[in-house]
Amino acid sequence: MIVANRKPFEEIIEMLKPYTRILLLGCNECVTVCATGGTKEVAVLASEIRLFRQKEGRPVEIKEFTLERNCDPEYVDALKPFINDYDVVMSMACGCGIQFVGEHYRNKIVLPAVNTTFDGVTEKHGVWTERCQGCGDCVLDKTLGVCPVTRCAKSIFNGPCGGSRDGKCEIDKETPCAWQLIVDRYKEMDMLYKYLEIQPVKDWSTSRDGGPRKRMREDLTI
Amino acid sequence: MSIGSNLERVLKSGAFAVTSECGPPRGADPEVIRKKGAYLKGHVDAVNVTDNQTSVVRMSSFSSSLILKEMGFDPVMQMVCRDRNRIAIQSDILGAAALGIKNILCLSGDHQTFGDHPTAKNVFDIDSMQLIQCVRQMTEEGKFLSGEEIEGRPDLFVGCAENPFADPFEIRAMRLAKKVKAGAQFVQTQSVFHIEKFEKWMEMVRDLGVHEKVYILAGITPMKSIGMARYMKNSVPGMDVPDELIERMKETPKEKQAEEGIKICVETIERVRKMKGVAGVHIMAIEWESKVPEIVEAAGLYPRP
Ligand code: SF4
Ligand code: SF4
Repeated sequence: MIVANRKPFEEIIEMLKPYTRILLLGCNECVTVCATGGTKEVAVLASEIRLFRQKEGRPVEIKEFTLERNCDPEYVDALKPFINDYDVVMSMACGCGIQFVGEHYRNKIVLPAVNTTFDGVTEKHGVWTERCQGCGDCVLDKTLGVCPVTRCAKSIFNGPCGGSRDGKCEIDKETPCAWQLIVDRYKEMDMLYKYLEIQPVKDWSTSRDGGPRKRMREDLTI
Repeated sequence: MSIGSNLERVLKSGAFAVTSECGPPRGADPEVIRKKGAYLKGHVDAVNVTDNQTSVVRMSSFSSSLILKEMGFDPVMQMVCRDRNRIAIQSDILGAAALGIKNILCLSGDHQTFGDHPTAKNVFDIDSMQLIQCVRQMTEEGKFLSGEEIEGRPDLFVGCAENPFADPFEIRAMRLAKKVKAGAQFVQTQSVFHIEKFEKWMEMVRDLGVHEKVYILAGITPMKSIGMARYMKNSVPGMDVPDELIERMKETPKEKQAEEGIKICVETIERVRKMKGVAGVHIMAIEWESKVPEIVEAAGLYPRP
């Protein structure tokens, strides 16, 4: 899932300064699962904004609305009947959703209420961690399921570097060293010999470095 | 005919090599390098020049290497993968070789969070293993990473670093084997304080037969004070300073600590020198270059071949 964090309240309030009629959008997908931008979080933020602006003597009117998905045209269309009743849209969806809604309603500004952070998992209740950077050429077969691109702070393909200590990465004592995890996997699967294979220089053109990416299925296009 | 690497010459002759290190200044004054270099003159076979060490911006390794070369040294230009992609890396290699630099040390580089620009974007297009392969491909095959021919092949003696004290310990000898397979011709290790652990690592290296394929230079760092010993133990990534050494420094009166630090360092050189497969030492006297001649002489490694 895509994991996001709510922006600091001061930043949100600053962005909303010029506006009084606000459409506050949530999303029922990833940001709901990571407890950042679902119906619940939209309600909490809406009341914080109302309270603040009330105290300031500049009350706002906020419509709370959570789309099924913000990244799909058929759901985004649901905003059509009422979006023009508002001065501005503030979205708690991920960066994709924020942009996509903006692309569909070009007369509106869509402001981000969250910082979209990474593609990750719920490691345990209340803890989300990153797993994939969408490099476009997956090597998880070679590293037995641990991503070196994402989980190694240096994206090293032939690790671990000299900073690996007690299973942790040199950047901090909380972050596991990806290459310790990879070596552990090799050992668990009795495949330590694989460690001796030198991973060749990576082709990054399938990654962000190659420019914005696009996927097309002719059979599905209308 | 150009003169090749002095370091390579010494190592090939079978002599016990001595290299040291020179950290470039945080400014544009070449005198800082010249002054540090002057201390080392005649006492070392080659001088490493660090590449924005601990991710702190300094004068480039390339230009500092040139200043040392002008002084008659054989510089070892360090190159990290943190700040350059494969285009810049290969371009700098060509430039360095064109200006007569003969040695390169291939490193990943510390993460930028340690340095003075923690908000920087890092590169890590290729890693240190792939950098070794890249330089060897350029020097041996005369080809760029892309496979295209190089017109005017660079000539470089290719080194790497390895940390016998980092984790997971069991793969640390294998990792050196991998670097040798990638084409490393010499290796400089992380500073040796924990001699038993280093000995164990050397044993594993010998078991793999790697010591016969690469020149191993043991890293040596003199400790100035108990403060520095503690700092290295606790704050420098990948350092392993055993408690006995900390105790030994602590028990030494403050004014005698520097002397004791030098003594420990000379003892370490003597011990690693006896180990089969150790071809030399790499003395990293951080901001203490003035002490290198004393250490080299006390260890009986002067004059240099
Ligand atoms: S190798 Fe690439 S695609 Fe696979 S998990 Fe890592 S970043 Fe994602
Ligand atoms: S310590 Fe491990 S995870 Fe961190 S940069 Fe080094 S190899 Fe990568």
